[in-house]
Amino acid sequence: MNEREVCVSIRNVSKSFGKHQVLQNINLDIYEGEIFGLLGPSGAGKTTLVKELAGLDEPTEGENCLFNEKMPSLNLIKRVGYMAQSDALYEDLSAKENLQFFSELYGLKGQKQAEHINEVMELVQLSGDATKLVSNYSGGMKRRLSLAIALLHEPELLILDEPTVGIDPVLRKSIWNAFADLKAQGKTLIVTTHVMDEADKCDRLGLIRNGKLIAVGTPAELKKETNSSTIEEAFLVYGGAER
Amino acid sequence: MRVLALVKRILRQLVRDKRTIGLLIFAPILVLTMLYFVFNGDDYTPKIGLVNVPEMLADQIATEGAQVTTFKTEVEAMKKLAAQELDGYLKIEDNTPSIVLEGSDPSVTGATMKWLQNAFPKPPQAIDIPEPMIDYLHGSIDMGQFDYFGPVLLGFFVFFFVFLIAGVSFLRERTTGTLERLLASPLRKWEIVAGYVLGFGLFTTIQSTIITAYAIYVLGMVMEGAFIYVLLIILILALTALTLGILLSSFAHNELQMMQFIPIVVVPQIFFSGLFNLETIAEWLSWISHLTPLYYAAEALRDVMVRGAGFGDIIINLLILAGFCLLFIGINIAVLSKYRKI
Repeated sequence: MNEREVCVSIRNVSKSFGKHQVLQNINLDIYEGEIFGLLGPSGAGKTTLVKELAGLDEPTEGENCLFNEKMPSLNLIKRVGYMAQSDALYEDLSAKENLQFFSELYGLKGQKQAEHINEVMELVQLSGDATKLVSNYSGGMKRRLSLAIALLHEPELLILDEPTVGIDPVLRKSIWNAFADLKAQGKTLIVTTHVMDEADKCDRLGLIRNGKLIAVGTPAELKKETNSSTIEEAFLVYGGAER
Repeated sequence: MRVLALVKRILRQLVRDKRTIGLLIFAPILVLTMLYFVFNGDDYTPKIGLVNVPEMLADQIATEGAQVTTFKTEVEAMKKLAAQELDGYLKIEDNTPSIVLEGSDPSVTGATMKWLQNAFPKPPQAIDIPEPMIDYLHGSIDMGQFDYFGPVLLGFFVFFFVFLIAGVSFLRERTTGTLERLLASPLRKWEIVAGYVLGFGLFTTIQSTIITAYAIYVLGMVMEGAFIYVLLIILILALTALTLGILLSSFAHNELQMMQFIPIVVVPQIFFSGLFNLETIAEWLSWISHLTPLYYAAEALRDVMVRGAGFGDIIINLLILAGFCLLFIGINIAVLSKYRKI
């Protein structure tokens, strides 16, 4: 692992909202070209952490560095694709219009814009519904459109907050295949999830509970270390549950 | 350019939302039309009763402009008065005339009194003083209430509807998470505010032109100055409303809370904008009018529309309005730091 470049470096990061501490002293390096899964129950602090990485929040203590530069920075934001937990879409516009708008924000125009839009819509299998208004989309379709928007400007780092919520198993599989393709292109992906079976598909995992990073490793390592057959069991062990 | 992308999107959304466009353009037109009919209705014809008035005198009373009925007894007249079929009656007892009025509506009471004062035959005067000639510096004998209120109301309705629509649409941007999504893109904070100002500004230009043209050319609102100045004032006022709406939407969690700003922020502006004579407002309160953008717009609009003022006369008011606008833009950018520091 060490020969690989560090893409994201989280150093001594803590975050509190008033008295409520959401993240406690997190240290984590994520390497270029890996799919890193952040696993934990809702309310564990996953979203807060990825928001900080996307530049939407700042830690109370410590610092987050992307590509060896401190976040938040407008330069870095261009290199990141972010997909929020809630679908941030303009419902009164069509999918294509949403994509056009967001691609213009990243300076994509004309021919290049059209190509990128076709590409990402194909990837999330929405090409046939591009001219529909987003308000007529189902939950899963909106999720996929959000993903398409995050991929639009070909970012080097993708931060995806619960990308597969509300998506059926078949499509979920195809989306994870897409993730693998992106990884093959050399991109780095950070994916949060609380679905344990998705965790197995990540290269490495970080388990988060109550704002603490309780374990980091490949799924195999984590299972081996705890003598468990599933990630879920491993999580329970790290979380201090009786077995 | 990124700002243009935002402008394009805002206009696209507006065009698609036919109902909102209708509200922004036709609601002010509808309300102004109704006000036109309310203020420019015919003069009120008072209903007057005469009790025990000697025939000789009754013949001399000019009954023109009133509906006059004679009664034999006061009891009868009183009954009619209580049933609101009479506005007042005149009785003469022991050669002293006295008047009893219904008195619940001040404007009716005023009209009745005015009529009664003019109705009696004037005593022949010792020296014949000629009636004074009347000249108007501004306005004319034909200028009605509507012409005086009109410019202020025109400004107010544009202010009100732009404030509401801009506020709600920015609020939606926040609550649906798209604002956060915008901030996760390389868009700068000032670009977001600029996009909103330009997008809505373009639309407001069209809206103001239509409404102003309607008020002046269809309703015949008094117009002494140049149309372009009126448009300029309204446009700057609309931009002030827009930036204020966006700003206040940051302090609302939903549409209902946005509405709650109307009685606090919008309605008081009507009272302090000069719709009613400001000199009669208690002195300790009058400073408020200098804090309301509408006050400066109303002043400038009246100067142009009623007094035929030119650019030099309204420039100060325009600058103050623009100052409000810039102030709100500045605070808006600062407030957006809540979401992203840079």
